[in-house]
Amino acid sequence: MDFSVIFSDALRSGIGPIAAVYALAAMGLNLHFGYTGLLNFGQVGFMLVGGYGLAVTVATYDGSMWLGVLAGLACAVVLALLLGVPTLRLRADYLAITTIAAGETLRLFYRSSWAEDVTGGVFGLQRFASDFYDLSPIPPGTYGVWLVEFNARDLWVLIVGWGLVAVVGVLLALLVHSPWGRVVRSIRDDETAARSLGKNVYWYKMQSLVLGGVIGAVAGMLQAIQVQSVNPDSFDPAVTFFLYTLLVLGGAGRILGPVIGSILFWFVLTFLDSALRQAIDAGYISSDLISTSEIGAVRFALVGLALILLIVFRPQGILGSRKEMLLSER
Amino acid sequence: MCRPRILLPALALALVVLCASPAWGQGEEVPRGRGFGARLLQALIDGVQFGVIIAITAVGLSLIFGTIHLINFAHGEFVTIGATFAFFLNVSPTGPGWHLVPAAIAAVLFGALLGGAVDRVIWRPLRRRGTGLINLFIVTIGLSLLLRHIVLVLYGTRPGSFAQYDIQETIDLGPVAITPRDLTVTLLSVLVLLGVAALLQRTRIGTAVRAVSVNRDLAEASGIDVQRVVLAVWMLGGALAALGGVFFGLVEIITWDMGFKLLLLMFAGIILGGLGSAYGAMVGSLVIGIVAQVSTLWFPVDLQYAWALLVLIAVLLVRPQGILGRRERVG
Amino acid sequence: MSDDQAPTVRASAAAGRRLAGTAPEPGVPKPDALLVLDGVTRSFGGLVAVRVDHLEVQRGAITALIGPNGAGKTTLFNIVSGFDRADGGRWWFDGRLLTGRPAHRVARDGLVRTFQLTRVLPRLTVRENMLLAASGQRGEQLLPALLRPLWHGQEREAGHRADELLERFRLGRLRDDHAGTLSGGQRKLLELARALMARPVMVLLDEPMAGVNPALTQSLLGHITELRDEGMTVCFVEHDMDVVMGISDWVAVMADGRLVAEGPPHTIARNRAVVDAYLGKRHDEPGTIQEEP
Repeated sequence: MDFSVIFSDALRSGIGPIAAVYALAAMGLNLHFGYTGLLNFGQVGFMLVGGYGLAVTVATYDGSMWLGVLAGLACAVVLALLLGVPTLRLRADYLAITTIAAGETLRLFYRSSWAEDVTGGVFGLQRFASDFYDLSPIPPGTYGVWLVEFNARDLWVLIVGWGLVAVVGVLLALLVHSPWGRVVRSIRDDETAARSLGKNVYWYKMQSLVLGGVIGAVAGMLQAIQVQSVNPDSFDPAVTFFLYTLLVLGGAGRILGPVIGSILFWFVLTFLDSALRQAIDAGYISSDLISTSEIGAVRFALVGLALILLIVFRPQGILGSRKEMLLSER
Repeated sequence: MCRPRILLPALALALVVLCASPAWGQGEEVPRGRGFGARLLQALIDGVQFGVIIAITAVGLSLIFGTIHLINFAHGEFVTIGATFAFFLNVSPTGPGWHLVPAAIAAVLFGALLGGAVDRVIWRPLRRRGTGLINLFIVTIGLSLLLRHIVLVLYGTRPGSFAQYDIQETIDLGPVAITPRDLTVTLLSVLVLLGVAALLQRTRIGTAVRAVSVNRDLAEASGIDVQRVVLAVWMLGGALAALGGVFFGLVEIITWDMGFKLLLLMFAGIILGGLGSAYGAMVGSLVIGIVAQVSTLWFPVDLQYAWALLVLIAVLLVRPQGILGRRERVG
Repeated sequence: MSDDQAPTVRASAAAGRRLAGTAPEPGVPKPDALLVLDGVTRSFGGLVAVRVDHLEVQRGAITALIGPNGAGKTTLFNIVSGFDRADGGRWWFDGRLLTGRPAHRVARDGLVRTFQLTRVLPRLTVRENMLLAASGQRGEQLLPALLRPLWHGQEREAGHRADELLERFRLGRLRDDHAGTLSGGQRKLLELARALMARPVMVLLDEPMAGVNPALTQSLLGHITELRDEGMTVCFVEHDMDVVMGISDWVAVMADGRLVAEGPPHTIARNRAVVDAYLGKRHDEPGTIQEEP
């Protein structure tokens, strides 16, 4: 087994574009779940409408990239309103059920034969990202330090991705430390109390849902651009569960929680993946037990297990405070 | 109070029928030989068959919510595990090759064991620790992810069918047709639902379950062993989910992610019926099954499940407590 | 018990005088009514929890709403404060029709309530709990929130006021602690202080003395009379008669959802309907309805 390969794979993944995409999506989720207490189990739905909003505008309707970005953001706002209007007045579980169902239903809609003319059905859409790559100031070639190397395109996505993470992070930090953030956090703690103090809880929840959803849509666009295609099946409900795992890992209700969570999550996940592959190839693990094609599934199962263990043993994650966490568990 | 309860399922149906008036595109794919009335009738029959299977799986989910207010997002995986376990015993070359009937019974028992084990190993310790409900929800999605992909590793991605009752001649009943298999499954499902109702109404444990659902503290104070009731509910829920999985695998197909897809329909059924009401879950699921099937008269089959969500959102807008739920529970 | 007497004297001095000519009978009009209820009803699945034909609450006075458990006091509070929906009836606050108004609007109109089981925000600090209650904050709007200079001054003013109130309620040294770490009594104080932070015209206190030790009860009573002396209207729910007699200017008695008696404290103690409500009815009909929905 070549540990330097395993390590370099893991490192590449941990700082790579995909980690930035997940960090961004999880930041939106953090606003929902970590700060407002909204149990959104369908963040992937926002990523989907964002990614498709961009792809459909450019690939199907020949619009410009910026128009596509606007379309993606608008779709996220509409989706948030559709989900929020019926559920935000109700108990948290209704939002959880509706969002998980919506995420999956959207995927079914976008991949259906009925929508194929617009969305490309099961085949998805390609060739919509060239405007983005044309903007790149980075000359072709590969760039790297130490064990990590990226080609010019990936590097460009990576820079834009982490740049967006930084911008969104600063905006969110400003927001949650403002009186607006105080209201939102009070809703997380006890919405009845917030209402008794004259706060329009429904309106704030809606703002949070829309804003976090829009951030999710930006992540979806970035993902679409990075893989240069959108495909309904890459917006699996499991993506939301990944986001929860890395959010809880990093620390929900902390600005940097999703960032650290995402980096670590992808580092560990890729490390395992790469190590398993090598162990199977080298014969350390019998391929009767796990074949290389099953590694993906094993990985997902481990994420599920990790999420359970995290909630049970370290619900505050890396950055959170256990003491503060316990205060809310009445 | 009474009128909206009756109107709502009708409204849900009307939604699908009316939305369809433009008759987008797909009309050509339907065989032209039969009249609309006959096709509607056939879709209704298919819908009832689908609905009772959803109902079997949803009742357990609803009972679990009723007793411990937990929405078990891993409930779909119980369904898949039931179906794939029966598949293993029945079809798999590495399995014992049992006939489907004993295999199904074994799967139901396994489902009960799994439900009980999950309560003992995960939920009870977490309840003891006083872990918040929101965190418990997240544990259920973790569990769902874990179980689903364990099934994926063990079962694989290939869709499968059971060895018996696979291909059957249909019986023509005037304008509609049904296979003996589907008829049997439907009748059995109805019997099971009636059995669950009888269990809840007539037996000691059933009464205890209802008591805990209405007021947990009061039930505990009057000497009901709540932990045992919760365990019983998990076992019942696991068993019913497994049975539903076998039935669904029988009339449709077995896949590694079938349960997760059914979960959305269960949710729609449960919310339509009223979160936490076992009978509501039955009625709601039935309506959802019918909506899903009837929708195929106008819309592509691959959107069949999507209608369930529209019903769900419509219900939340109009009457969030569902058909049989009480208003006070929602707020 | 001498502490108990002191507020009584002050009570009759100012606000009590204006109520002096008011007849002690249920539904009687008040000289300067701030809150007026008319025909308010609420039932839970066939059980009538509230059926108040008419009730007026005098401005600038302490009004106690008493009655045995399950009389419908908390339900009435919930309805008036917008946390529960009435089946029928209308009510006005400061001349404005309040019927059907959502809870947050009621609070902004100047009618702020507290809860029987305290509702502090556990993961916010004590000071943040206070600041949250300040009304009309520009920084609570999404876009201005991003620009600190737009709300910084307002925040500082609110901060001063919060600190003053915290000192007054002896919570000053706890201001940076998470509210979830406070004791039960401290939570009661914080909730009262927080309600004041919203600059209400009237406060509705739901059993402010429930589950509080005797020393703190005295201090809470002191705070409440002080508020009245500063011109605030106070209405509170209580089922301990002794507490009520000491500080109220006016007492309204509910039983089985109805308003059965009204009057100055000394007339209430002798009132036949009240004795019935507390003793007779309860002994005759043990199965009283549940107050909490």
